[in-house]
Amino acid sequence: MAEYEFDTEGVKKTITFLNRKAPYGTIYALEVLESVLISAAFEQHANIVFVDDGVFQIKKGHDTADLEMKNFLPTYGIIEMEKEDADEDEDMDMNWRIIVEKESMEARGLTPEDFKVEVEVLSSAELADVLATSDAVIGG
Amino acid sequence: MLHTVNKSPFERNSLESCLRLAKKGSAILLLEDGVYAAMGGTTVADKVASAAKDNSVYVLGPDMKARGLAEGQLIDGIKVVDYAGFVDLVADNDGVTPWL
Repeated sequence: MAEYEFDTEGVKKTITFLNRKAPYGTIYALEVLESVLISAAFEQHANIVFVDDGVFQIKKGHDTADLEMKNFLPTYGIIEMEKEDADEDEDMDMNWRIIVEKESMEARGLTPEDFKVEVEVLSSAELADVLATSDAVIGG
Repeated sequence: MLHTVNKSPFERNSLESCLRLAKKGSAILLLEDGVYAAMGGTTVADKVASAAKDNSVYVLGPDMKARGLAEGQLIDGIKVVDYAGFVDLVADNDGVTPWL
Protein backbone atom coordinates (compact mmCIF):
# COMPACT_ATOMS: atom_id res chain seq x y z
CA MET A 1 0.00 0.00 0.00
CA ALA A 2 1.28 3.42 -0.90
CA GLU A 3 2.24 5.69 1.92
CA TYR A 4 1.18 9.28 1.84
CA GLU A 5 2.64 12.17 3.74
CA PHE A 6 0.52 15.19 4.47
CA ASP A 7 2.44 18.33 5.20
CA THR A 8 -0.32 19.96 7.23
CA GLU A 9 1.77 21.23 10.14
CA GLY A 10 0.51 24.68 11.07
CA VAL A 11 -2.14 24.72 8.35
CA LYS A 12 -5.40 25.98 9.79
CA LYS A 13 -8.36 26.79 7.58
CA THR A 14 -11.99 27.59 8.20
CA ILE A 15 -14.11 25.26 6.15
CA THR A 16 -17.84 25.78 5.78
CA PHE A 17 -19.99 22.73 5.11
CA LEU A 18 -23.15 23.92 3.40
CA ASN A 19 -25.90 21.33 3.86
CA ARG A 20 -28.93 22.09 1.67
CA LYS A 21 -30.55 18.69 1.06
CA ALA A 22 -32.92 16.61 3.15
CA PRO A 23 -31.43 13.38 4.49
CA TYR A 24 -31.89 9.88 2.98
CA GLY A 25 -33.55 10.89 -0.34
CA THR A 26 -30.15 11.56 -1.91
CA ILE A 27 -26.55 10.87 -0.93
CA TYR A 28 -25.56 14.56 -0.52
CA ALA A 29 -26.12 14.77 3.24
CA LEU A 30 -24.07 11.68 4.01
CA GLU A 31 -21.22 12.79 1.73
CA VAL A 32 -21.00 16.17 3.46
CA LEU A 33 -21.03 14.48 6.86
CA GLU A 34 -18.07 12.31 5.77
CA SER A 35 -16.17 15.47 4.82
CA VAL A 36 -16.92 17.04 8.19
CA LEU A 37 -15.38 14.03 9.92
CA ILE A 38 -12.29 14.23 7.71
CA SER A 39 -11.80 17.91 8.55
CA ALA A 40 -12.05 16.98 12.24
CA ALA A 41 -9.19 14.49 11.81
CA PHE A 42 -7.05 17.40 10.61
CA GLU A 43 -8.25 19.68 13.45
CA GLN A 44 -9.55 22.35 11.09
CA HIS A 45 -12.03 25.07 11.99
CA ALA A 46 -15.48 24.23 10.68
CA ASN A 47 -18.84 25.90 10.20
CA ILE A 48 -21.45 23.18 9.79
CA VAL A 49 -24.34 25.02 8.19
CA PHE A 50 -27.91 23.88 7.52
CA VAL A 51 -29.93 25.78 4.90
CA ASP A 52 -33.08 24.96 2.90
CA ASP A 53 -34.09 21.28 3.29
CA GLY A 54 -30.70 20.68 4.95
CA VAL A 55 -32.32 21.70 8.25
CA PHE A 56 -34.21 18.38 8.20
CA GLN A 57 -30.88 16.55 8.58
CA ILE A 58 -30.70 17.36 12.29
CA LYS A 59 -34.39 17.09 13.15
CA LYS A 60 -34.87 14.87 16.21
CA GLY A 61 -36.26 11.35 15.99
CA HIS A 62 -34.90 9.82 12.78
CA ASP A 63 -35.59 6.08 12.63
CA THR A 64 -34.18 4.53 9.46
CA ALA A 65 -34.46 0.89 10.55
CA ASP A 66 -37.07 0.07 7.91
CA LEU A 67 -35.02 1.75 5.17
CA GLU A 68 -31.93 -0.24 6.06
CA MET A 69 -29.91 2.96 5.74
CA LYS A 70 -27.46 4.50 8.18
CA ASN A 71 -29.19 6.86 10.59
CA PHE A 72 -26.74 9.72 10.86
CA LEU A 73 -28.29 11.61 13.74
CA PRO A 74 -26.03 9.74 16.22
CA THR A 75 -23.02 10.96 14.22
CA TYR A 76 -24.21 14.54 14.64
CA GLY A 77 -24.47 13.82 18.35
CA ILE A 78 -20.78 12.83 18.28
CA ILE A 79 -19.92 15.98 16.31
CA GLU A 80 -21.60 18.04 19.01
CA MET A 81 -19.59 16.21 21.69
CA GLU A 82 -16.36 16.78 19.73
CA LYS A 83 -17.25 20.45 19.43
CA GLU A 84 -17.81 20.70 23.19
CA ASP A 85 -14.48 18.96 23.85
CA ALA A 86 -12.70 21.34 21.51
CA ASP A 87 -14.41 24.34 23.13
CA GLU A 88 -13.30 23.24 26.60
CA ASP A 89 -9.75 22.13 25.74
CA GLU A 90 -7.52 25.20 25.82
CA ASP A 91 -4.71 23.39 23.97
CA MET A 92 -6.95 22.49 21.10
CA ASP A 93 -7.20 25.14 18.38
CA MET A 94 -10.34 23.94 16.67
CA ASN A 95 -13.38 26.17 16.38
CA TRP A 96 -16.62 24.55 15.36
CA ARG A 97 -19.95 26.24 14.81
CA ILE A 98 -23.22 24.48 14.09
CA ILE A 99 -25.41 26.99 12.29
CA VAL A 100 -29.01 26.96 11.06
CA GLU A 101 -30.42 29.67 8.81
CA LYS A 102 -33.44 31.24 10.51
CA GLU A 103 -35.44 31.70 7.29
CA SER A 104 -35.04 28.04 6.26
CA MET A 105 -35.92 26.80 9.74
CA GLU A 106 -39.04 28.95 10.05
CA ALA A 107 -40.24 28.15 6.53
CA ARG A 108 -40.34 24.49 7.57
CA GLY A 109 -42.20 25.10 10.83
CA LEU A 110 -39.18 24.18 12.97
CA THR A 111 -37.71 25.73 16.11
CA PRO A 112 -34.27 25.19 17.73
CA GLU A 113 -35.91 22.71 20.12
CA ASP A 114 -36.66 20.43 17.15
CA PHE A 115 -32.96 19.79 16.54
CA LYS A 116 -30.90 16.93 17.92
CA VAL A 117 -27.94 19.26 18.49
CA GLU A 118 -27.59 22.74 19.91
CA VAL A 119 -27.45 25.23 17.03
CA GLU A 120 -26.74 28.91 16.41
CA VAL A 121 -29.64 30.42 14.51
CA LEU A 122 -28.42 33.11 12.10
CA SER A 123 -30.27 35.40 9.69
CA SER A 124 -29.51 35.24 5.96
CA ALA A 125 -27.40 38.39 6.23
CA GLU A 126 -25.36 36.98 9.12
CA LEU A 127 -24.89 33.70 7.29
CA ALA A 128 -23.79 35.54 4.14
CA ASP A 129 -20.91 36.96 6.21
CA VAL A 130 -19.96 33.47 7.44
CA LEU A 131 -19.81 32.18 3.85
CA ALA A 132 -17.86 35.17 2.58
CA THR A 133 -15.19 34.81 5.29
CA SER A 134 -14.66 31.04 4.92
CA ASP A 135 -11.43 29.73 3.41
CA ALA A 136 -13.37 27.00 1.60
CA VAL A 137 -17.01 26.03 1.18
CA ILE A 138 -18.07 22.43 0.64
CA GLY A 139 -21.57 22.35 -0.83
CA GLY A 140 -24.10 19.58 -0.63
CA MET B 1 -16.24 34.81 -3.32
CA LEU B 2 -17.40 33.08 -6.51
CA HIS B 3 -20.81 31.43 -6.28
CA THR B 4 -21.69 28.74 -8.81
CA VAL B 5 -25.25 27.63 -9.63
CA ASN B 6 -25.64 24.51 -11.77
CA LYS B 7 -29.35 23.72 -11.38
CA SER B 8 -32.35 25.09 -13.26
CA PRO B 9 -34.20 27.75 -11.24
CA PHE B 10 -37.47 26.13 -12.34
CA GLU B 11 -36.61 22.79 -10.78
CA ARG B 12 -34.72 23.71 -7.61
CA ASN B 13 -34.14 26.62 -5.28
CA SER B 14 -30.34 26.69 -5.73
CA LEU B 15 -30.41 30.08 -7.48
CA GLU B 16 -32.84 31.56 -4.97
CA SER B 17 -30.67 30.47 -2.03
CA CYS B 18 -27.54 31.71 -3.75
CA LEU B 19 -29.07 35.16 -4.29
CA ARG B 20 -30.27 35.23 -0.67
CA LEU B 21 -26.89 34.29 0.80
CA ALA B 22 -24.31 35.87 -1.52
CA LYS B 23 -22.96 39.15 -0.24
CA LYS B 24 -23.33 42.17 -2.53
CA GLY B 25 -20.41 42.44 -4.92
CA SER B 26 -19.98 38.69 -5.34
CA ALA B 27 -19.23 36.91 -8.60
CA ILE B 28 -21.99 34.48 -9.63
CA LEU B 29 -21.48 31.94 -12.41
CA LEU B 30 -24.45 30.13 -13.97
CA LEU B 31 -23.47 26.82 -15.55
CA GLU B 32 -24.96 23.48 -16.65
CA ASP B 33 -28.77 23.71 -16.14
CA GLY B 34 -28.16 26.93 -14.21
CA VAL B 35 -27.79 28.76 -17.55
CA TYR B 36 -31.58 28.85 -17.96
CA ALA B 37 -31.60 31.54 -15.24
CA ALA B 38 -29.65 33.86 -17.55
CA MET B 39 -32.44 34.06 -20.15
CA GLY B 40 -34.76 37.06 -20.40
CA GLY B 41 -38.54 36.69 -20.23
CA THR B 42 -38.71 33.98 -17.57
CA THR B 43 -40.42 34.07 -14.17
CA VAL B 44 -37.02 34.57 -12.49
CA ALA B 45 -35.65 37.14 -14.96
CA ASP B 46 -36.47 40.20 -12.80
CA LYS B 47 -34.72 38.68 -9.81
CA VAL B 48 -31.65 37.81 -11.88
CA ALA B 49 -31.59 41.24 -13.54
CA SER B 50 -31.62 42.87 -10.12
CA ALA B 51 -28.87 40.53 -8.87
CA ALA B 52 -26.80 41.48 -11.92
CA LYS B 53 -26.89 45.11 -10.74
CA ASP B 54 -25.41 44.28 -7.31
CA ASN B 55 -23.07 41.47 -8.39
CA SER B 56 -21.04 40.31 -11.38
CA VAL B 57 -23.15 37.60 -13.04
CA TYR B 58 -21.56 35.28 -15.60
CA VAL B 59 -22.89 32.43 -17.71
CA LEU B 60 -20.86 29.58 -19.18
CA GLY B 61 -20.98 29.83 -22.99
CA PRO B 62 -20.54 26.14 -23.88
CA ASP B 63 -23.47 25.20 -21.61
CA MET B 64 -25.67 27.87 -23.26
CA LYS B 65 -24.67 26.74 -26.73
CA ALA B 66 -25.36 23.09 -25.94
CA ARG B 67 -28.89 24.05 -24.90
CA GLY B 68 -29.58 26.22 -27.94
CA LEU B 69 -29.58 29.47 -26.00
CA ALA B 70 -28.38 32.55 -27.86
CA GLU B 71 -26.51 35.53 -26.43
CA GLY B 72 -29.28 37.80 -27.71
CA GLN B 73 -31.68 36.19 -25.21
CA LEU B 74 -29.49 37.02 -22.21
CA ILE B 75 -30.60 39.36 -19.44
CA ASP B 76 -28.73 42.70 -19.67
CA GLY B 77 -25.53 42.84 -17.66
CA ILE B 78 -24.75 39.11 -17.75
CA LYS B 79 -21.36 38.28 -19.22
CA VAL B 80 -20.59 35.11 -21.17
CA VAL B 81 -17.38 33.26 -20.25
CA ASP B 82 -15.69 30.23 -21.83
CA TYR B 83 -13.84 27.50 -19.90
CA ALA B 84 -10.69 29.63 -19.65
CA GLY B 85 -12.84 32.44 -18.24
CA PHE B 86 -14.27 30.01 -15.70
CA VAL B 87 -10.71 29.19 -14.58
CA ASP B 88 -9.93 32.92 -14.31
CA LEU B 89 -13.00 33.44 -12.14
CA VAL B 90 -11.91 30.67 -9.78
CA ALA B 91 -8.36 32.00 -9.66
CA ASP B 92 -9.37 35.65 -9.18
CA ASN B 93 -11.91 35.08 -6.42
CA ASP B 94 -11.27 34.17 -2.83
CA GLY B 95 -12.97 30.76 -2.72
CA VAL B 96 -15.94 29.13 -4.42
CA THR B 97 -19.38 28.46 -2.91
CA PRO B 98 -21.25 25.82 -4.91
CA TRP B 99 -25.06 25.85 -4.90
CA LEU B 100 -25.97 22.34 -5.96
